[in-house]
Amino acid sequence: MEFEWIKIPYSLLTLFIVVNYGLLMTAFIAKIAARVGRRHGIPIYQNYIDLIKNYGLRSSITHGVMFYLGPVFRLSGGVGLLLFVPSIYGSEMFSNLSFAGDLILALYFIFFGTLGMALGAAESGSPHSAIGITRGLSQVTAAELPMALAVFSVALQYETLSITEIVAAQQGSVLNWTLFTNPLAVVAAMMAFLGSMMRPPFDVVLAPQEIPIGPPTEYHSSYLALMQTNRVIFPVAKVVIYTNLFFGGATNWPIFFLKVFLIYMVSAFVGVAFPRFRVEQSIRWFLIWAMPLGILAILLV
Amino acid sequence: MKEELEKRIVKGPDGIEFEVEPLRDYYCEAAPTVMPQAYSKIIEGFFNWARAESLWILGFGTGCGAIEMRPLMTPRFDAYRYGVQWRPTPRQSNLFIISGYLSVKTLKRAIRSYEQMQNPKYVIGLGSCTINGGMYWDSYNTIKCLDDYLPVDLYIAGCMPRPEALLAGFEELKKLIRAGKAEGANQYAENFEWYKANQKKVILDWDMPDYNW
Ligand code: SF4
Repeated sequence: MEFEWIKIPYSLLTLFIVVNYGLLMTAFIAKIAARVGRRHGIPIYQNYIDLIKNYGLRSSITHGVMFYLGPVFRLSGGVGLLLFVPSIYGSEMFSNLSFAGDLILALYFIFFGTLGMALGAAESGSPHSAIGITRGLSQVTAAELPMALAVFSVALQYETLSITEIVAAQQGSVLNWTLFTNPLAVVAAMMAFLGSMMRPPFDVVLAPQEIPIGPPTEYHSSYLALMQTNRVIFPVAKVVIYTNLFFGGATNWPIFFLKVFLIYMVSAFVGVAFPRFRVEQSIRWFLIWAMPLGILAILLV
Repeated sequence: MKEELEKRIVKGPDGIEFEVEPLRDYYCEAAPTVMPQAYSKIIEGFFNWARAESLWILGFGTGCGAIEMRPLMTPRFDAYRYGVQWRPTPRQSNLFIISGYLSVKTLKRAIRSYEQMQNPKYVIGLGSCTINGGMYWDSYNTIKCLDDYLPVDLYIAGCMPRPEALLAGFEELKKLIRAGKAEGANQYAENFEWYKANQKKVILDWDMPDYNW
């Protein structure tokens, strides 16, 4: 397969759309969560202002090279995840840089950001970051197991490692979605999804009142702004993978927005309804409930 | 000087001995500098607008006035509507609310937290205690006039002020910021010696570097 240069501006366009969509969607979800608490919550454009303000702060200090690289790694994890996965199925413009083995690459990228963050936060020297990182890595690792199992199960089911082909196999009718052809894998993956969204009950990593916001304790100004950007890209990118693998992909932008929003809402709903897990509780939860489902999904395929 | 802050010899895990001087090695001692504004007036105005609309408060309750900040997060007052949010760490926040009387012991922590915040940063003095000592005016261990120790942008008077007064205060602060008048961080850098002398006058067991980022 030869490389077409036109793909680069197209992918940047995708990135642009996703950033804006992510900023608005996270604010909207924060608003919904506020309404659950009978508040009005932040204005819908608040995320933009916060971002501008953080880029506009005059001073910033550093703790070393890795401190710089942490947010950069994190952002490249999010952007990479987004760019190597086709966001709109069947559209030449928005298939991004996807290729035959992109499924494995996507799995890598999911973990990449977390590791970068770990290195950067460790350099900042704040004990709170260290605690946050320990919790984060153990929880993400535990959540990644069912996710990987589910992904392998799906890959076995469709006998391909290309996300585009997996989406192609799900076209036609709703009943062709992996959700119905391989429900166990989807359930296991959704459980893992909850774990990686940093929302309650799995937000002990951030725990603002206990370990001042965990890994990013020392991050400020532009560093923080970079991480905020990633915080809107990464969840959307992750949900895009889920739509593609399990929910039939999206053939145009409205459907894309709708599906991403609904899947994201799953974690938001669970988030407002359940209190926080401790780390050992959440790991146990993943190993006892999500893992067996993932294994079963592989065995049944 | 506390024992753990004194110069000492430490043995590393690989057996090599080296000297550490905590105040030198663990902190950056460079004094703050005046940070220039953005080159163009328009951009600075734009940034000021963004700063005004996104006030991140350092959640640090010093006196009894702190109890008045909590209702702001509840459905009744809901300060989030106005772009006011609470941040758990000084690094990420840019508004420091000294909520009431400040004992000398807390002043030390308040100074350290203030210095860790990033320029531009704002300080609100809440309650009459921060203005003239309030009902603690003759107490032996609270400070009387906050302005001598940190550059205050705005006072909210009352003992204690209602949450509505706080909301009104935020709106006033926003006006100041938008007008470019809230340059407390630069003031602090300009009159650094004066502030330090004042601080050292009341904090007798000064055991930290003069400036700690
Ligand atoms: S002004 Fe009144 S309410 Fe506020 S800290 Fe002082 S004594 Fe307490």
